[in-house]
Amino acid sequence: MIQKDVTIVGGGLAGLTTAIGLAVSGLEVAVIDMLPPGDQTLPAFDGRSSAIAYASCQLLKALDIWDHLPEDPQPILEIRVSDGPSLMNLHFDYAALGDGPLGHMIENRHMRVALMKRAEMLDNIQMFAPDKITAIETDTSRSLVTLASGTEIQAPLLLGIDGRGSMVRKQAEIGITSWPYNQHGIVATIAHELSHCGIAHERFLPSGPFAILPLTDNRSSLVWTEKSNLSETVMSLSDRAFTAEVQKRVGDFLGEVTVVGGRWSFPLTWQLADSYISERTALVGDAAHGMHPIAGQGLNLGLRDVAALIECVVDAARVGSDIGNATTLNRYQKWRRADGAILMGVTDILNRLFSNDIAPIRLSRDIGMAVVDKIDPLKKFFMAHARGTVGELPKLLRGEEL
Amino acid sequence: MSSPEIQTDTTPKRDDIGVVASGSTVDIDEIAFFAKIADEWWDATGPFKPLHELNPTRLAYIRNCLVDRFKLKASSLKPLKGIKILDIGCGGGLLSEPLARMGADMTSVDASERNIKVAALHSQRSGLAIDYRCTTAEALADSGAKFDVVINMEVIEHVADVGLFLNACRNLVKADGVMLVSTLNRTVKSLLMAKIGAEYILRWLPKGAHDWDKFITPDEMVAHLSSADFDTLDMTGFVFSPIRWDWRLDPGDLDVGYATFAAPKKPA
Repeated sequence: MIQKDVTIVGGGLAGLTTAIGLAVSGLEVAVIDMLPPGDQTLPAFDGRSSAIAYASCQLLKALDIWDHLPEDPQPILEIRVSDGPSLMNLHFDYAALGDGPLGHMIENRHMRVALMKRAEMLDNIQMFAPDKITAIETDTSRSLVTLASGTEIQAPLLLGIDGRGSMVRKQAEIGITSWPYNQHGIVATIAHELSHCGIAHERFLPSGPFAILPLTDNRSSLVWTEKSNLSETVMSLSDRAFTAEVQKRVGDFLGEVTVVGGRWSFPLTWQLADSYISERTALVGDAAHGMHPIAGQGLNLGLRDVAALIECVVDAARVGSDIGNATTLNRYQKWRRADGAILMGVTDILNRLFSNDIAPIRLSRDIGMAVVDKIDPLKKFFMAHARGTVGELPKLLRGEEL
Repeated sequence: MSSPEIQTDTTPKRDDIGVVASGSTVDIDEIAFFAKIADEWWDATGPFKPLHELNPTRLAYIRNCLVDRFKLKASSLKPLKGIKILDIGCGGGLLSEPLARMGADMTSVDASERNIKVAALHSQRSGLAIDYRCTTAEALADSGAKFDVVINMEVIEHVADVGLFLNACRNLVKADGVMLVSTLNRTVKSLLMAKIGAEYILRWLPKGAHDWDKFITPDEMVAHLSSADFDTLDMTGFVFSPIRWDWRLDPGDLDVGYATFAAPKKPA
């Protein structure tokens, strides 16, 4: 039997970031993942890019992950929100906050490369991948995970960072509240003739939000929300037809566009775990909450969980406390669950408000956007949310060491 | 001369059912019995929840003082490696286990046989080596034992003779060692909060757990320590915020619970 301080189930973006944060502070960490580590960095594995808010960038820098990114990320200098053909729009410019870009666009596979390089530098992270979990047990003093390879890992704390379908969550019998959106998110990367100038665009089309997010080298990442019954058709279009549909939605401000690489499609749902914790167990990131990508906040919310969890666990470990007892776990849950629920409520309302073509709703949301655009404090409020610098921030999100 | 009476007040007593077990039942039953108490004691959401909530703040103060005094590595998870610590009135080991986890070489004493059995059983489950003994500070001092650090947390307000007790403590501290004492101040606020609030309104502690008349003011503490040949190095308050529902250290507010950091006087 292997004894660790923390067992992490899930070696994805949030899982590896957590492992690195805990290991940097001196804890012994086991990470279990079903896939061989190299697979996750292949272009075909995940074509998504993530808008990493300012606060999340601070976390990646504080943990020395940022410098291992294989190429410099694209800063987001401005966000433009527009409602279909309406002339009223909303404009967020980083100069208004005077504290660096609103965030950066990072390709998920690049982030995986950086995370794996950083994790390899830490002797106290032990990877168990590819491997499968055959049993999870907890009692008042420890968690015990049994792997298909026969390895048993005992630790006072078990973290479920294993995504929306979290096995740890199911094993802990934590229920979820969820509903489908009857929308799919179609993701693709485009190359274009003209520069995007670091501007992120979000357009509200009747089938759902359509986002054009700036990447390096005159490329952009698209998140095209489409009604589920139509998404299959879109996915099965020929490359030429798909490119034509994309061009129609993007317009001509980027010149001619070409789709590069594959397309991916994800069903969109809203879900929130009934609790973030149970005996010796905490849920982090998508295992705890899944939201609509309308505001690009899913991973950022997950990374806020990560930063808070690391701080709770390291604070406890520093004073010799039991890092998996109810005191430590309650602090994490109290810190994170309300924030998660609020943001998830807001993104849900935004999507419902904007994913339709009903005239009175259109009119009022357009007036709302124009009003927000004219009132400085309100705009600053929304921008601070976009940058993730709201509420009681964990130290790592402020770029501080623990 | 009677020994100072040391009770186990890191962990307030409930009905003293523990006494029944001793000698009257077989060992297996006894272990099961103590295991049950240990589970209750260490359940951070159970009857001792308030103590579990206060614990990290107390430990942070102890850690800060010791790291500072002995020039230890603050970022380490085991900064107390090689430091010999005595925990007086250890109860179920709520302080002893974290200190051992921080690397300290722990000896922990309590006058209650029941507490020592519970504590020893639990530390075994936690995989921590702690020398638990059922004895008093004075008896231990008579044996000539010396420590780098002596810790008295929420003990002194239950002691019959504070002077005698502190003299015994002085004999237990090495000349270059230190002592940490925490207790409750005798103020109207502490009467309302610790006695009436914690015991009667919030039901945090069993009724009668504290005798307000025996609470000690910071001035009295400094005087007591000085008579026992200690210099007071630092004092800080443990302040509870009901809005944030947490504890923090505040050197400016010693009105309710507070800790004192002391060291033997340097020979003139």
